[in-house]
Amino acid sequence: MDKTVIKIENLFVELDGVSVLENVNLTVNEYDFLGIIGPNGGGKTTLLRVLLDLVKPVRGKIRIMGESLEKNRHLLGYVPQYAVFDRNFPISVEEVVMSARLARKQGRRFSHEDYKIAAAALERVEILPLRSRQMGELSGGERQRVLVARALAAQPRILLLDEPTASVDSRFAAGFYELLQELNREMTLILVSHDISAVSTYVKTLACLNRTLFYENSRELSQEMIENTYHCPVDLIAHGIPHRVLSPHNGVVGS
Amino acid sequence: MEILQFDFMRNALLVGLLVSVACGMIGTYVVVKRIVFISGGISHTAYGGIGLGYYLGFNPMLGATLFTIISALGMGLVQQRSSQRQDTVIGVMWAVGMALGIVFVKLSPGYTADLMSYLFGSILTVPERDILFILLLDLLIIATVYRYFEEFKAVAFDEEFARVSGLKVEFYNILLLLLVALTVVVMIRAVGIILVIALLTIPPAIAGEYSRGLKGMMGLSVVLGIIFTTAGLYLSYLFDLPSGATIILVAAAGYILALLMKK
Repeated sequence: MDKTVIKIENLFVELDGVSVLENVNLTVNEYDFLGIIGPNGGGKTTLLRVLLDLVKPVRGKIRIMGESLEKNRHLLGYVPQYAVFDRNFPISVEEVVMSARLARKQGRRFSHEDYKIAAAALERVEILPLRSRQMGELSGGERQRVLVARALAAQPRILLLDEPTASVDSRFAAGFYELLQELNREMTLILVSHDISAVSTYVKTLACLNRTLFYENSRELSQEMIENTYHCPVDLIAHGIPHRVLSPHNGVVGS
Repeated sequence: MEILQFDFMRNALLVGLLVSVACGMIGTYVVVKRIVFISGGISHTAYGGIGLGYYLGFNPMLGATLFTIISALGMGLVQQRSSQRQDTVIGVMWAVGMALGIVFVKLSPGYTADLMSYLFGSILTVPERDILFILLLDLLIIATVYRYFEEFKAVAFDEEFARVSGLKVEFYNILLLLLVALTVVVMIRAVGIILVIALLTIPPAIAGEYSRGLKGMMGLSVVLGIIFTTAGLYLSYLFDLPSGATIILVAAAGYILALLMKK
């Protein structure tokens, strides 16, 4: 029997008075690897931000492992969209990862335990040798791994990733998704992306978000499901993207 | 060094040291967090407090402390509302603080000759009680940064992630602005309200080019601050120039030199 780790019911979210998410319902089971795809501006990032308690919903119910968001938010790890950081910020890889331990820090300094957890997280994403390097010296792919390590250092049960491969080349992306599949053995993953072809190869479950969740299926990924997903109104994805993967289509499925 | 025979010169060097420590530490955060404009606002509102001190007849340094703290709290609130008019509100508070000061000074009875020293600094004539006050503020700044070093770093680097990690981001942002307020007060006597922002940002801006960590950046900023204040002080003595402005010009020359060397 699958255990439910996230349950969202009738979620409505507005940003500056504009409706962004409407009547979103979502159930995520433990050790699922859910890919949420959809057009830019479709509310993918907002959905993650609601789960992280960075955005308050207008209404709706969210349960994390059966408890309220306030109580169980710490079970969620977060890998943000892209590194918007100042490249000149003088900070090392290890310092960035250690920041995930701050809320658990007692007193002024980190404990040996904290350093061990950070080292293990860096080892996990295979960049432990880079621990003393400066963030500004890293490649896009290395930096993305640091952000994953930072999320892991908080020891989450559920990892939320927002367009993690948006700023890296495709050669790196494949290795990165394989890493995610490995992590998936220990935790639940929710990945948000507009790159259908990459995501659909690696995730276990796909959902499609454009203001509301159009399609959600907890079965194994199949050709039929990809077909169905393409039919949901995501044609905005194809605009402005060099490799157009979708043929234009009309009609709305799931409404 | 015959100039060290003078008490006022020894005091001035001590003030320079105290100023360099405060502005090296806090200036580092101001630069990496990009809150230079807010800090400029906080420093200029100090003039309102100085005017109030003259008007009501208490030490203008206390008035400056009161006003910079109030403006730090005000700007902290503005900072947290992520509205698009942030910089406008900060600019208005900046001007209102100065305007209040001008009105208070005009209303003040008697002679206000040393007013210029608050605007442009007068490191050679800092009274002993003010040196003691500056020392006290310095210790407060050092203790706070020492205690919350990791928290400040995390919030400065990635505020959103710090929030997700469960850190009270608003608290640390306001606390930092309060430290900026105190640092401004420390610096007023040395370089004056108008020139505070230059000495607060130039040493960390140079240090940032050569540092691999925030601690190193702070340390180097403090050393640069000491070099700039001491050299500025010496040159102003040598050529009979205003000390505050000379210190700033020396710092600016150092900045240009550092930029050229980096190229």
